[in-house]
Amino acid sequence: MSVGNGSHRAGNRNGKRRPQRYSAFGLFKRGLSRSDWPRVWQERPLKSTYDVVIIGGGVHGLATAYYLAANHGITNVAVLDKGYLGGGGSGRNTAILRSNYLTPEGVRFYDRSLHLYENLASELNFNVMFSQRGHMTLAHNDNSLRTLRWRAEVNKLQGVDSEVIDPAQIKELVPYLDTSTDTRYPILGALYHPPGGIIRHDAVVWGYARAADAHGVHLHQNTEVTGIETADGRVTGVRTTKGDISTPVVVNCTAGWSSLISDMAGVDMPVTTSPLQAAVTEPVKPFLGTVVVSGTLHVYVSQTDRGELVFGASVDPFTSYSMRGSLEFAEGLAGHVLELMPAVSKMRLLRQWAGLCDMTPDYSPIMGPTHVDGFHVDVGWGTYGFKAGPVSGEAMADTVANGRPPEIIAPFGIDRFEMGQLVGEKGAAAVGH
Amino acid sequence: MIQLPCPWCGPRNASEFTHHGEVTPRPDVGTATPEEWRRYLYFRQNANGWVDENWYHTAGCRRFIRVRRHTTSNETEATR
Ligand SMILES: Cc1cc2nc3c(=O)[nH]c(=O)nc-3n(C[C@H](O)[C@H](O)[C@H](O)COP(=O)(O)OP(=O)(O)OC[C@H]3O[C@@H](n4cnc5c(N)ncnc54)[C@H](O)[C@@H]3O)c2cc1C
Ligand SMILES: [Zn+2]
Repeated sequence: MSVGNGSHRAGNRNGKRRPQRYSAFGLFKRGLSRSDWPRVWQERPLKSTYDVVIIGGGVHGLATAYYLAANHGITNVAVLDKGYLGGGGSGRNTAILRSNYLTPEGVRFYDRSLHLYENLASELNFNVMFSQRGHMTLAHNDNSLRTLRWRAEVNKLQGVDSEVIDPAQIKELVPYLDTSTDTRYPILGALYHPPGGIIRHDAVVWGYARAADAHGVHLHQNTEVTGIETADGRVTGVRTTKGDISTPVVVNCTAGWSSLISDMAGVDMPVTTSPLQAAVTEPVKPFLGTVVVSGTLHVYVSQTDRGELVFGASVDPFTSYSMRGSLEFAEGLAGHVLELMPAVSKMRLLRQWAGLCDMTPDYSPIMGPTHVDGFHVDVGWGTYGFKAGPVSGEAMADTVANGRPPEIIAPFGIDRFEMGQLVGEKGAAAVGH
Repeated sequence: MIQLPCPWCGPRNASEFTHHGEVTPRPDVGTATPEEWRRYLYFRQNANGWVDENWYHTAGCRRFIRVRRHTTSNETEATR
């Protein structure tokens, strides 16, 4: 063990250790002693063989590793990332969680994730700051109001708290919204989803990393996968910039880069990669208690615990692997935000950024085995995949451990495209995240 | 803003165009199976590098044009 193996750490046999638990008392003690906190996870040497290799150290890869260890006792696992953990979409998203989707398959799936998120802080012993402050999707025309009503009915049938509310109720929840009728796009109603909210995305990544590491999973940063070896239609190993690894199982959790990885295994994908941008303002006192989304105006906004407004929009208008922000985005965003909330016109944008999104034709993920034995995918996360991290990790671990995908992800197999059985979520996922 | 080389209008801002994605060879109408049609509809190379694409000049000559673009640097080259 190379890093930060201080004396405060309990037992350290077979690469396993119990991490020191975080607690109020621990915080107090450390405040008095002012000693350093232990490293959250360790850096270990790359082995030449693992039972499972997970490519991509975002929430999906790390959650898969954690549930493989925690639920199935499979711990000879490596997570490889070409950069740092959470350096992809998992550290760049706007952290909105919800389960008010459009298809029954989608609602069931995302609702399981929301329940796992509700208990995640105590399960991982890591404060992930999940704030279930409510989520509101606005309708500015009859067509979107109809889709919202449809979603509300599908949601209720699945036991998800979700209802359509009118402009007076909207104004009560968010007084700063312009609900007058003389705007360019008057607000006609909204889908209100009380259990939705925002979370601290980095904490989720770090929490899963710490818990997986505690089970003995190896986390390798700065380790880029450059090739995947197959023989007789089976995966046999991966090549990386740090050395070759032999393994019978590879899980592709690389989101925006996922078709490049699948390509290495000879698996074609119905995926295109587009940048998605977001921006944040200077912090102000709390005034926005709900997440507000407008599909018509291509914008959504929430206020963080620190007081900043976080804005997002639709994906950039063409595919690209570039993560540069654009002035067109900032201009368009500002205009749309001001249509919704004229009162914030004096606020200043602090920064903007972009991440890569792996878009699928039906706005649903692609999960499970492929025609190459041992090569699994957990991709197609588009602009909405952070909320699915826990359920995906749980289901992919199940897939690897039991050799076939569990019921909850059965609708999301890659073969659905060749069979024409798409799971159309565009009405609930196009801007909403 | 990136610019696209329109053969009819000259270099114009990308915001004038609609992106129609990489050029995918169309299956033979006479013999293609439903599976082949679905692959044509949904599956993409999604390459990280130079790609031949179709764009529509919505706010200009209203013609489809073909452009070669690098998907990381967003440099473009006219192809026809
Ligand atoms: C601006 C923005 C806002 C968003 N807002 C939301 C939201 O509000 N709610 C929501 O649910 N979702 C949202 N999303 C989507 C969400 O961020 C992603 O779907 C999710 O984070 C995907 O997680 P992941 O673990 O699959 O992939 P990522 O977190 O992208 O991780 C993939 C990892 O793979 C690594 N990798 C790539 N190639 C290689 C290689 N060759 N070798 C090794 N490693 C490699 C990368 O370095 C990266 O760390 C948003 C996305 C963006 C960009
Ligand atoms: Zn033109």
